[in-house]
Amino acid sequence: MSKDKSDYLINRKDNQYEVVIGLEVHAQVTSESKLFSTSSTKFGAEPNTQVSLVDAALPGMLPVINEYCVKQAIKTGIGLKAKINKRSVFDRKNYFYADLPQGYQISQFKDPIVGEGKVILDMPHGQKEVGIERLHLEQDAGKSIHDLDPKNTFVDLNRSGVALMEIVSKPDLRSPGEVNAYVKKLRSIMRYLGTCDGNMQEGSLRADVNVSVRKKGSKEFGTRCEIKNVNSIKFMQMAIEYEANRQVDLIEDGQYIDQETRLFDTKKNETRSMRSKEDAHDYRYFPDPDLLPLEVSDDFIEKLKLEIPELPDEKKKRFIEKFKVSPYEATILVSDYETSNYFENVIKKSDVKLATNWIIGELFAALNEKSLEITESPISAGNLSKLINLIKDGTISGKIAKTVFEHMMEGDKDPKKIVEEKGLKQESDPKALEALIDKVIDDNREKATEYKSGKVKLFGFFVGQVMKVSGGKANPQLVNEILKKKL
Amino acid sequence: MLDITKQSLSELIKNIKNKKLSSTEVTKAFVERSEKSKELNAYVTEDFSAAIDKAKKFDENPNLDLKLPGIPMAVKDLFCTKNVKTTAGSKILNNFIPTYESTVTQNIWNEGAILLGKLNCDEFAMGSSNETSFFGCVQNPIDKDLVPGGSSGGSSSAVAAQLTPITIGTDTGGSIRQPASFTGIVGLKPTYGSCSRYGIVAFASSLDQAGPMAQNVRDCALLHEVISSYDEKDSTSIDFKRNNYVRELTNNIKGKKIGIPKEYRVDAMPKEIEDLWKKGIDYVKDCGAEIIDISLPHTNYALPTYYIVAPAEASSNLARYDGVKYGFRADGENLIDMYEKTRSEGFGAEVQRRIMIGTYVLSSGYYDAYYLKAQKVRKLIKNDFDEAYKKVDAILTPSTPSSAFKIGEKTNDPVSMYLNDIFTVPVNLAGLPGISIPAGHDAKGYPLGLQIIGKAFDEQNILNIAYAMEEKINFKNKITDWWIK
Repeated sequence: MSKDKSDYLINRKDNQYEVVIGLEVHAQVTSESKLFSTSSTKFGAEPNTQVSLVDAALPGMLPVINEYCVKQAIKTGIGLKAKINKRSVFDRKNYFYADLPQGYQISQFKDPIVGEGKVILDMPHGQKEVGIERLHLEQDAGKSIHDLDPKNTFVDLNRSGVALMEIVSKPDLRSPGEVNAYVKKLRSIMRYLGTCDGNMQEGSLRADVNVSVRKKGSKEFGTRCEIKNVNSIKFMQMAIEYEANRQVDLIEDGQYIDQETRLFDTKKNETRSMRSKEDAHDYRYFPDPDLLPLEVSDDFIEKLKLEIPELPDEKKKRFIEKFKVSPYEATILVSDYETSNYFENVIKKSDVKLATNWIIGELFAALNEKSLEITESPISAGNLSKLINLIKDGTISGKIAKTVFEHMMEGDKDPKKIVEEKGLKQESDPKALEALIDKVIDDNREKATEYKSGKVKLFGFFVGQVMKVSGGKANPQLVNEILKKKL
Repeated sequence: MLDITKQSLSELIKNIKNKKLSSTEVTKAFVERSEKSKELNAYVTEDFSAAIDKAKKFDENPNLDLKLPGIPMAVKDLFCTKNVKTTAGSKILNNFIPTYESTVTQNIWNEGAILLGKLNCDEFAMGSSNETSFFGCVQNPIDKDLVPGGSSGGSSSAVAAQLTPITIGTDTGGSIRQPASFTGIVGLKPTYGSCSRYGIVAFASSLDQAGPMAQNVRDCALLHEVISSYDEKDSTSIDFKRNNYVRELTNNIKGKKIGIPKEYRVDAMPKEIEDLWKKGIDYVKDCGAEIIDISLPHTNYALPTYYIVAPAEASSNLARYDGVKYGFRADGENLIDMYEKTRSEGFGAEVQRRIMIGTYVLSSGYYDAYYLKAQKVRKLIKNDFDEAYKKVDAILTPSTPSSAFKIGEKTNDPVSMYLNDIFTVPVNLAGLPGISIPAGHDAKGYPLGLQIIGKAFDEQNILNIAYAMEEKINFKNKITDWWIK
């Protein structure tokens, strides 16, 4: 692991505690149909409308593996630079619950499809490598709805059987900030690969968070608690913060930490005990006899490698080397596939430096204000490119460009047309500018005399006046030159 | 012409094809005999009027090119049948009507056969005497208060009593071969992966296999030909080239090497069984086959292995019967209470016993000692057969260690009941095909069967050996119709 200078420590009296975090991320596989049935996985359908006989576990129904989901898991493994296991086994995880129709979840226990890998995080203090323990495929359960009726629970099986990838990290994370960066990076890699849309509102990405604390410098791990099913990065960070402090307080108080499963209450911002280790389920894992071990050939894996696009780390390196953007800028530009794509489209025909500044600055601010994704940007890459070229060739000033940009945000209009229609073109004709400047000097005779007698600060005043009279359109460089001569 | 219900399947097909009989006549004859045979309790669900309607419809425009043209057939109530109640012999599925059809039964209807009804069986196929059925014991037509074997007891009884010309059962540890042996009929358990498990209520997924039960080997071969097919809906179905089992059926088994495993001479095996086996050896010799002594050294471990693997899988397979989605539900204070009451009231004692055994052997701390070890032994048992098949083409053994016993005789002694499967269970553990044919009678006049075990996918060979032996044995079932008043 590279140097960790994060120094997220919890201080109590004379003691400093380090927080150790491991994540089990449940990522929904992007796939039209479920892991073992042909039902649709589309989000938001009416309850129990996307349920096959297999999903509802009718007698005699058998699971059949969806090859596409297998491909997606392997691709994700490749993206995590992980070992792909050519032979993996589906196991049954047995437990009773109303939204688990089979009475077991088909998962992978001993032999997952993907083994050890790694993820690189770009932290303010430098890069950090987080180890991946494994990735396995499993079915999602249905959904129990407890709040529709005072006495009954309703069950929606639309999610039942949807393919999930459980991605287990090593306990390498040390702060809520790193968890934030880790989940975002994981999400970014999967979005590049098209293997998980990472949509947390729709539950496509959830995590179980394992937290323990230990005195700074200690090599041994403390007793961990697992916070189940946290569905946003913000909540993960809040839960870790609360949980780490709770554990530190217990230790400081001379008490022990029980290894247990906890829930994060988002309303009260606290974690609560769900079940202790003694109450833990015995899942009675055993290989699912309805499914043969999953075997993939080298050829199958090699073909999938050819489908892997350039991933964020490589893209970042290329942007820095080829386009000379700063590492900071590159990190932002590659953070998601769509942004990097937008950037590359803009710079096809325009200046890289200006494009970088306009995308990271104006465009992101404007999108943020309207809560839009880059894919929903009212300004197309082509038109942003045109705007940048108008600045570059002196047709408009940077300041005017901001006005044009605002008009473009209202609808994807060609910036040239906006400049024409609104008469925003920069005045660069020396004769016209001379006339303008002569008039300004004429109107401000006294100030001109003061300037000439040595009050050089007034130069700025004259530039301002010329710009004002020109409605901001005067070419500032030329104005400077002519003014100097005239005064 | 012979009484319709006394005709074999092959004769009925011939007579329908020659237009000597209509499907309606045949169907009505079996319906009438079934109506008169309620005392046998072979049926759980009768679908007689629908069957006659279907037969009439068949006769309006008969397709005589089909393999089972207008043939009525009752099937074990473990096969899901569209719009016809399917109970698996359990209270927990007492009200369950599938909206879908099992692949095996669909194959049968596709060849022109007509559903007569659903046949009784041990609850979830767990039993060797049909006494665990929620719908009561089945009578063996051989004698009153005699068990028909199990779990396909309704099926064996119905074929032996000629309530259906032929049927299908399922065999997890002997559930086709043992009842066939107890009732004097032929029963084939195909190679694992030969018949699709899609739509069959699961007992132990890695062992379950559907197969035909018939009055003779030819009928058995014909039905096997119809039901064996590769099915994408079953991931354990195997895509191999299937024979035209009837056309390739021959009694010429000259030069075939038949293995006699010494480990099947179990302690306290009745002399009658020993003698039957010897007779069987003589028959195959008469047919020109060569007898070779072989060893299957891990045979002793087959039964304990089976009674770990099968309950383990069953405990998980039966988790879906929880009262939430379909089937029987008992009222409860809360979810857990509802589960407990539903499963306590919905499952019978034997099923509960096996769920508990299965849950135990899969529990953390016991998994390695039981389930994992059993899987290793299972591999050794399979290796035994692989070794043997380097020397022989098939193996001849008795089907069961005794003839049929009386109802109630073994219900309080599960281990003695489990011992019934001692010769059949290794075949399921190794995934091999096995056929039981009637080969003689004991002193009481009860039928006894011999089993021929084949190499994987080599059903043709064991059918041929059975066909050749059948001719020599010339077995006649002693059935007096005692239940018909």
